[in-house]
Amino acid sequence: MAIDTLPESSLPVTRPFRVKFGFLTSTPIIAVATICLVLIILMAIFAPLLAPHDPLLLTPAQRLKPASAQYLLGTDAYGRDLLSRIIYGARISLIIGIGAAVCSIAVGLLIGLVAGFFRWVDAVLMRVMDGLMAIPAILLAIAVVSLSGASIWTVMVAITIPEIPRVARLVRSVVLTAREEPYVEAAISLGSSLPKIMWRHLMPNTIAPLIVQGTYVCASAILTEAILSFLGAGISPETPTWGNIMAEGRAFFQIKPSLIFWPGLLLSIAILSINLIGDAARDALDPRMKQREGK
Amino acid sequence: MTTANPSNVVLDINNLVVGLGRKADAHRIIDDLSLQVHEGETLCLVGESGSGKSVTSLTVMGLQQKGTLVPSGGSVKLVGEELLTATDRRLRQLRATRMAMIFQEPMTALNPVVPVGRQIDEVLRAHTDLDSRARRQKILAMMEHVRLPDVERIFSSYPHRLSGGQRQRIMIAMALVLEPKLLIADEPTTALDVTTQKQILALIRDLQRDHGTAVLFITHDMGVVAEIADRVAVMRHGRLVEAGPLQDVLRNPKMDYTRNLLSSVPSLVPRAPRPETSEPVVLEANELSKVYRERSLYGKAREVAAASNVTLTLRKGRTLGIVGESGSGKSTVARCIVRLIDPTSGGVRLAGREISDLSRRLLQPHRQKIQIIFQDPYRSLNPRVTVGESIAEGPINYGMPRKDALVRARELLELVHLPPDAISRYPHQFSGGQRQRIAIARALALDPDVLVADEAVSALDVSVQAQVLDLLDEIQRRLGIALLFITHDLRVAAQICDDVAVMQRGRVVEQGPAAEVLTNPQQAYTRALLEAAPGRGWDFANFRPVSEGIVATA
Repeated sequence: MAIDTLPESSLPVTRPFRVKFGFLTSTPIIAVATICLVLIILMAIFAPLLAPHDPLLLTPAQRLKPASAQYLLGTDAYGRDLLSRIIYGARISLIIGIGAAVCSIAVGLLIGLVAGFFRWVDAVLMRVMDGLMAIPAILLAIAVVSLSGASIWTVMVAITIPEIPRVARLVRSVVLTAREEPYVEAAISLGSSLPKIMWRHLMPNTIAPLIVQGTYVCASAILTEAILSFLGAGISPETPTWGNIMAEGRAFFQIKPSLIFWPGLLLSIAILSINLIGDAARDALDPRMKQREGK
Repeated sequence: MTTANPSNVVLDINNLVVGLGRKADAHRIIDDLSLQVHEGETLCLVGESGSGKSVTSLTVMGLQQKGTLVPSGGSVKLVGEELLTATDRRLRQLRATRMAMIFQEPMTALNPVVPVGRQIDEVLRAHTDLDSRARRQKILAMMEHVRLPDVERIFSSYPHRLSGGQRQRIMIAMALVLEPKLLIADEPTTALDVTTQKQILALIRDLQRDHGTAVLFITHDMGVVAEIADRVAVMRHGRLVEAGPLQDVLRNPKMDYTRNLLSSVPSLVPRAPRPETSEPVVLEANELSKVYRERSLYGKAREVAAASNVTLTLRKGRTLGIVGESGSGKSTVARCIVRLIDPTSGGVRLAGREISDLSRRLLQPHRQKIQIIFQDPYRSLNPRVTVGESIAEGPINYGMPRKDALVRARELLELVHLPPDAISRYPHQFSGGQRQRIAIARALALDPDVLVADEAVSALDVSVQAQVLDLLDEIQRRLGIALLFITHDLRVAAQICDDVAVMQRGRVVEQGPAAEVLTNPQQAYTRALLEAAPGRGWDFANFRPVSEGIVATA
């Protein structure tokens, strides 16, 4: 009987479930968001080439100048070039956003895998996570920063910690469903070691949701950093970050609103772009969303 | 049985073509299909998965995925009225009043958050002007009609409170409450146990006789066909292969495909017993029990015994079958034996060594002696790992170098009749039957003494099932492996097992050589199971009723 024939051997050997990035240009809005984000990233990377002035250079004679050919966006209260400070500020924002996303995913993945697989540590770990989630992220971050002194690294840690429970919960829920799959049970009966089962059979299931979660963490980390700086609990005020620029600009809002406007605009564009890309990634990676569109 | 009379044709499908997408050269899911169903007649539409039988029924109901499945030719007439060109509004009116459908899985077809009585009520509210009291009366009468007990209580019950059979009865009540001319039943008993299936089939037959409903019954199970059909239509790849009265098709199939399909149906008559062996015992289960405890905050813990005092013995090169309905504990026993779950009490001896109380670490060297194959071939292989890596995983775990393990994987693929170049492909490139072969190869990679097959052929089409059973038989003869075969299908058990243990509610009720248990059962439960097996009167492979075969050989 020829019912059970093999598909032709000319079939390409494809890797299933490989993350494809075609979704980045799926709709005009997503494409615009992608372009904006790429521009901001390029701006951060090439900041020394792009910035017309030293962002830290104080020129007291040029305080609060309006936009001119020399200072394209004007100067701040200490006579520093606003444009240069904003360009350099993108570096801090992106380092903290991406760093917090990577760190919280790394730690959360580990905690989630362990909690999802071992029932006896599950209860303990998840109660700790619940406790962490009960504290508002900003308060926790302020507490961590004020305990350890402000630097870009402590701020990153302070922002990472409150994000970990969300990632851990997500990974745990994926692992809880995946571990019931027969191929995981087959691996157990094949005598595979626990780390091997986790790494090879459980972890790959978490990649797609983690990419999506990572974009949200990234966006909220950038925002949290700006809030911390704005509140004066973040990185030292002379360092150019979008939050710091806005915090200093607050006092002069009446006479020079552009001090808040430009960094605020860039912050909004960055966060909106990352969130839009995250939504697109979720739609592209979640098979249920595809079904809904009837694809 | 009704005679074919053109005046009372209820459903008339003529040269129907359904394409995948709107393009003119689209792949045809249904190709030039013509069928008639008459008043009071049951037409069984049979075919293997992908033959287009479900698409046919959905197209008739106008429920096919719009834009994906496009009827591009032919006509579908219900009592003379064309359905393909009917408006959505008209189709909505026709559903329930003229045609109705019941589905395979009654749990997902019912809304879990609405009491079943109100769900039937929705049909009446949409299509009749009756007041609420009259509707309630009608629903209760209908529920009694489908032989539900205690209808007042069931009326206000939620679906999860009902058994699978009761849910299917609710579905039937909902479908028939407005006395439609046509009932489409899409595998309505496939998810049910055989004893329940028997009752539902009898119910559909009785209701049809009382109301003269035309029934289009879709199934893959030849046994069910033999029980319920007046006429049979065989489909393959979207085309009609053969159609005719039941007796004609079963006795004198004209097409090779039908012939092959029928000969693939395993016979309920057990195969000739193999001689008893004095080979060593490789697997023993001793009073094995598994109790699940549900602890609650206050009050007593509730205990459910999924398996109690199960004792089994399996010798080298033999096959022991565990048969039983769902919830009988047969899978629990298998999983305890493979130590995927830990038994509550009792022992498992593997090649003379007690393994039931070993820790994870101490168990490790023994794992390779016993391997398991699962039911669902689509979930038992990791979709992200190549076939070769999957098969090589076990040997690598036990210290074989990667290169040698992959060479071994190639040999095993040949043993299960797959080309060696399958090694670098991913599971999604294979069909269900092929995946099950890969799973068998993976299990054999460790040279186990015992292979546990947990419903390993239940998800496969009969022709593929026959091939996989042949393969298991061949492997057993070549390697002398012992098989523990868990199945709900007595036909499969009759063809592959030397010994059979019948389980009910966690206990073994009867145990012995397959030939004895399945032909001369001593226990009432075993007898009930055998009697409920659909189509037990037919010897499909020999194209005759079993009774004639006995006369012929006597």
